[in-house]
Amino acid sequence: MTQNETPLLALKNIVTKVNVGTPNEVSILQGLNLDVYDGDFITVLGSNGAGKSTLFNTIGGGLPVDSGSIQLNGKDITHLSVEKRTAFLARVFQDPKMGTAPRMTVAENLLLAMHRGKRRTLKLRGLKQQLPHFKAITATMKNGLETRLNTATENLSGGQRQALSFLMATEQRPDVLLLDEHTAALDPKTSAELMHQTNEHVTQEKLTCLMITHHLDDALTYGNRLIVLDQGKIKFDVRGEAKAALTKEKLLSFFDTIE
Amino acid sequence: MSMIVSSIGQGLLWASLGVALFLTFRILDFADMTVEGTFPLGAAVAVTAISNGMNPYLASGLAFIAGALAGLITALLYTKGKVPILLAGILVMTACSSINLRVMGGSSNVSLLGKTTIFSGDFLKSLPKYFDSVFVGLVVIIIITVLLIIFLQTNLGQAFIVTGDNRVMARSIGINTDNMTIMGLMVSNGIIGLGGALIAQNNGYADVSMGIGIIVIALASIIIGEVVFGELTLNQRLVAVTLGSVIYQFVRLLVLQLGFNTNDMNLLSALILAICLMLPRLSKALHLTHVIKKGVAKYDAE
Repeated sequence: MTQNETPLLALKNIVTKVNVGTPNEVSILQGLNLDVYDGDFITVLGSNGAGKSTLFNTIGGGLPVDSGSIQLNGKDITHLSVEKRTAFLARVFQDPKMGTAPRMTVAENLLLAMHRGKRRTLKLRGLKQQLPHFKAITATMKNGLETRLNTATENLSGGQRQALSFLMATEQRPDVLLLDEHTAALDPKTSAELMHQTNEHVTQEKLTCLMITHHLDDALTYGNRLIVLDQGKIKFDVRGEAKAALTKEKLLSFFDTIE
Repeated sequence: MSMIVSSIGQGLLWASLGVALFLTFRILDFADMTVEGTFPLGAAVAVTAISNGMNPYLASGLAFIAGALAGLITALLYTKGKVPILLAGILVMTACSSINLRVMGGSSNVSLLGKTTIFSGDFLKSLPKYFDSVFVGLVVIIIITVLLIIFLQTNLGQAFIVTGDNRVMARSIGINTDNMTIMGLMVSNGIIGLGGALIAQNNGYADVSMGIGIIVIALASIIIGEVVFGELTLNQRLVAVTLGSVIYQFVRLLVLQLGFNTNDMNLLSALILAICLMLPRLSKALHLTHVIKKGVAKYDAE
C-alpha cells in the first residue's frame, strides 16, 4: 500500500473540547490529524485521558468537533449525525451490556444489525429465512454462540455477548470498524480467543479497522499499523515492516519519553 | 350472571388502555402519565363531535387523532426539550384538563342521551344486556392486538422494541431513537384516546374527571397479566394484558360485592397494583420463588 493513494478516512486538524463555555473547558483532541487507508488495521495506544475514546466518539459522531474536518471516501461527514454515520461505520463497545439488546434473542439482534444504517420499514422482519445464515456466521466465532440463537442475550456469557457484538458490527460490511477495547472486560483466556477471532475476521474480510487497546502485546501482534495518542495528538505512527520490527521494550521506552 | 357479563365487557373495553400502555411501560420502558389526560380528551372529543351530529365511528377516529397529538407533545418535550418523561407526561396531562373543558364547551360533564353512538346499532341493540360492550370490546381489542403483533414483527417494529431495550445499541445500528419514542407515544396515546371515546359512548357521557386513576387501571391489567401467566413471548404478553384487564374487572366486582363502594375503587386499584409490583420482592422475602418461576432456559430450542 502506498501513501499516495487517497485515504478512506481522513481527520484533519480535529479539535474537540468538552465543557465549552465553562471554567472547566478542556481540549481533548488538539489538532489531531489521521489518515486511515483502505485495509488498515490500526491498533490505538495511549494512556488514560490521551483522547482515544474521544477520537472514537468524534469519528462516530457522538461528540461534535469544535474545528477541523472528517472526510470519508472524499465526502465531508463532519456534521453527519450518529445514526447517519452507521451506514458506513460500525462499533463494538468495551461494555458487553452496551452492544446488544438484552431482552431480544441472539438471532433478533443479528437481524437488527443486518439493517444497520438502513431505513426501517413496515416490511415483515423475515427472521426464519435468515436462521441458517445466522447459524453459519455465529459458528465462525467458535464459542458455542450458534447453539444459542434463540436465547435472550442477557443470558449469554460476557465473551459470547462481545462475540455477538463483533458479528453484529461486521455482518453488514462497514467501511470502517471501531473496536473500543472490546476484549478488555473479559477474562484473559476469553479475551485472547476473541482477539484471535477478531484478527481472523478483520484480515480475511480485509476490513478497515481501528482498535483501542491497553494490551501492548495485542497492539504489537495484531494489525499492520500502530498509533500512540498523547495529549490529544498522534505522537507515534508506524506501519508495515517498521511496526513488525517494533518490540515491547522500544514501545515502553517511547512511553517513558512522553510521560 | 349479568354482573359477570358486564365485568367481561368492561374488561374488554378497558383492555385497549392496558395494551396502549404496554407500548410505553413495557417496550419503551417508562411510565407515561399523559394517558390520564388523553383518556378524557378522547372522551371529550368524541362526545362533543357526536353531540354535534358526527358519525360515531368518525368521532372515535377523531379521538384517536386527538390522543396521538397529545402524545406527540409529550414526546417532543421529552426527546427534543429534554424534559424528564414523568414530568413531560404530567405537564401534558395538566394542560389536557383545561383543553378538555374547552372541548366540552365549558361544562364538566356532557351527556350523550338520545344521540347515535357505536352502541346504537340494531344488531347491538338486539343482543342481551351488556353483551353489546362484550362484542364491541372484543372486536376493538382483537383489531388492536392483531395490528400490534404484526407491527412488532416488522423491521420498524423491531427497531421500536430495541429502542426501549438498549438505546445506545439502537443508535449504534442507525436507529433514530427519538423518532421511535415519538411514534410509540403517539400510537399509545392515540389508542388511549380511542379507549376514552369507546368508554364514554358506553357510559353515555364524558366527564372531565374520568381520567383520574386510569394509569393505575391500565398498569394493573399489564401486571396482573404478567403475574398470572408468568413467562411468555411478546405476542402472548400482549394477549395476557386483555386477560389481565378482565381479571381486574372481576376483582373490582368482588370488592364491590364485599360492600365497598365505587368511591373506594381508586384506593383499592392502587393497593392491588402496589402489591402486584412488589410481588418479586415479596416472593423473595417469603421464599415463593418456586411458585412464580422465571426461566428463559426453556427457549433454548436447539
